[in-house]
This record gives sequence, structure tokens and C-alpha cells, in this order.
Amino acid sequence: MITLNINKKNYNVDVDPETPLLWVLRDVINLVGTKYGCGMAQCGACVVHLNGEAVRSCVTKVSRAVGQKVVTIEGLSEKNDHPLQKAWIELDVPQCGYCQGGQIMSAAVLLRENKNPTDKDIDAAMAGNICRCGTYLRIRDAIKLAAEKQRKGI
Amino acid sequence: MKLHSKFGKTYFLPVKTIVVLAFILSGIVLMSFSFKNESSNAKNEMINKDSVESVKAFMDVYKVLTSPRCMNCHPSGDVPLQGDDSHIHTMLPQRGKDGKGIYAMKCSNCHQPTNLEGLNKPPGNPNWHLPPANMKMVFEGRTPDQLAKQLINPKTNGNKTLQQLIEHADDGLVKAGWDPGEGRTVPPMSHEEFKKAWITWIKTGAYAPKP
Repeated sequence: MITLNINKKNYNVDVDPETPLLWVLRDVINLVGTKYGCGMAQCGACVVHLNGEAVRSCVTKVSRAVGQKVVTIEGLSEKNDHPLQKAWIELDVPQCGYCQGGQIMSAAVLLRENKNPTDKDIDAAMAGNICRCGTYLRIRDAIKLAAEKQRKGI
Repeated sequence: MKLHSKFGKTYFLPVKTIVVLAFILSGIVLMSFSFKNESSNAKNEMINKDSVESVKAFMDVYKVLTSPRCMNCHPSGDVPLQGDDSHIHTMLPQRGKDGKGIYAMKCSNCHQPTNLEGLNKPPGNPNWHLPPANMKMVFEGRTPDQLAKQLINPKTNGNKTLQQLIEHADDGLVKAGWDPGEGRTVPPMSHEEFKKAWITWIKTGAYAPKP
């Protein structure tokens, strides 16, 4: 039995320690906001926070998360009111939406470490998150808007 | 013994004391020579200069350091290289200040503590990183002469002494080059052969090949 702390809640799961964290989140704990894209850390759809870092859960063995703090898109904010979530809604960023959970989780790390990111900062931070619908320009605008909201505390 | 001073006084020096003092003094002198020899011997063991052997060993070292497994993480730019053809790493992860990436693009977000099964999966190591921004230790594009000089200069080699350089051959991330995960070639000689060439190069004087 493995104990995981996910979104501030402890879960006991009976899984092989080699299982990718993604499958434990989706299939065992039923947190399905985190998506499976490529399975080899190439696309970013599966990004979750492990102790605050934007790890790719498809290649992260669940054993790496034991005793650590995992946050998924469901736990990013209490009421879906993270500045990024607000900005995403305000600018209608998603098209199909499949990659957006991973996009937001990556952007959250950027905004934590850089309160006023430039286009260059955003491109560097988000280069590992692919969007087949091509919403990149709206993502960039939303990150800037979220940064502004964060700075103003709104 | 009787000594007469210019003031007319007479002093008696004990012969026995003088003999003992002379004996102790000569002992000290001999010991100091002996220490000097020991220290020189240690140095000689470390550096037994032979420019021909040294350069020959370095050319083997050079083949390894410029092979994809070593060079890919010692790029000339701020993005690592990838694959046996040393192309720019997809997703363009940046070096960052500490060599461990930036924001959501830190090395360990994808590179796990161990290799993963399957082709094209990110290779793993608990210490995965590039050299830091303030000392990039570039291998890509360096000639043998340039790389050799760079490697022995503490200002360009990560502040390493010759002894630390020797020990670096057994660094976990260096050795990971010989366990690169599925589908990647290993350096052109075994780690054992590389280590031998590396140490020979250093111990014979760490000579740089002629430019």
C-alpha cells in the first residue's frame, strides 16, 4: 500500500511503485483533469505539481511521489479562482481543451517564479506544452492577464 | 675549552653541549631534506611529465568527450543537444542559472532519477543538469587543444584541481554516459578505458595537443 498526498488529501493506493503517477491519478483516484497525451514527456498534457515543480506525470513513477506533495489541476485553487483560471475563462483560451490543464499547471510555476513575465519568458517556460488547436497566442495573453491579476490581487 | 673575550673575560663552553647541539641540528637539517624529498616524490607520482604519452591519451579522452553522450550536455548554446546526431533538444529547454532549467522546464520535470523503459523515453539520473550559466564548460565545437586547456584550468573547469579532475571520472552523471537508456549509443570506448586515458593524460602532465 502506498500513501500519497494529493491536493492536500492523503490517499492509500494499492499499486505497483513503478506505475506512472498519471495512471494512479486518473484510474485509481479518479482525478481525470490531468490528461494522457504522448506517454513520453513530450507534450505536457499530464503536468502536475510535485512539491511545486511541473513534473510530467506520465513518466513519473508513483514511488517518486511518496512522502511528497502532489497538486493536480483540480487542486490548483479552492474555487477554480487561481488568476490563471480566471484569465483563461476571461479570454476563452481553450478550443478543444485537452491540453489546457497541463498548460495552466506549467504557467502556474512560471507565475510563481516570475511575477511579470515577458513574451520571451512565457515562450521559454511554455515550450514543453503542445496545443494541437494552436491556442498559443491566447495562452500567452492569458498568462499576461493572470500576471496582472496576481500583481493587483484581483 | 677556554675562550678569551676582547674584554679580557674568559668563558668555558662545555664540549659535550656543543656536540649534542650539533647532532640535533644536523638531524633537523637531514629531516628537512627528507621531507622535501617525500613531497617531491608525491608530486612526481602525480605528474610524471611525458608530453607524447599525455597527448596520445588526451586524443582518446577527446573522442569520448565529444561523443553525443558527453557533448549533448556541454553545448555551445544555452539549450542542450539530443540524440546521436546531437540535434537541438526538442522543446528548447533553457540552461538556467544553475544549469537545471527554468520555470516549468526544469530538467528533472522529465528526466527521472533512473532511466525509463522504451525507446525515446527521457534518460534518467538523480543529478541531471547542464553546467551552470557562469561556467558553461562547453565541449561542442572545441578543438583538442582548446578542450584540453579548458579542462585543466580551474577558471574554466568548474574550479577543479587535478586531483578533483581525476575523481570526476567516477562522477555519477559522467558514468551515466555509459548507461544512456534504450536506443542511444554509448561513448566510443568503455568507461574503464576512458578512465585510464583520462588519468594517464593528467598524470603525464595534462598536455594539450598542438593547435
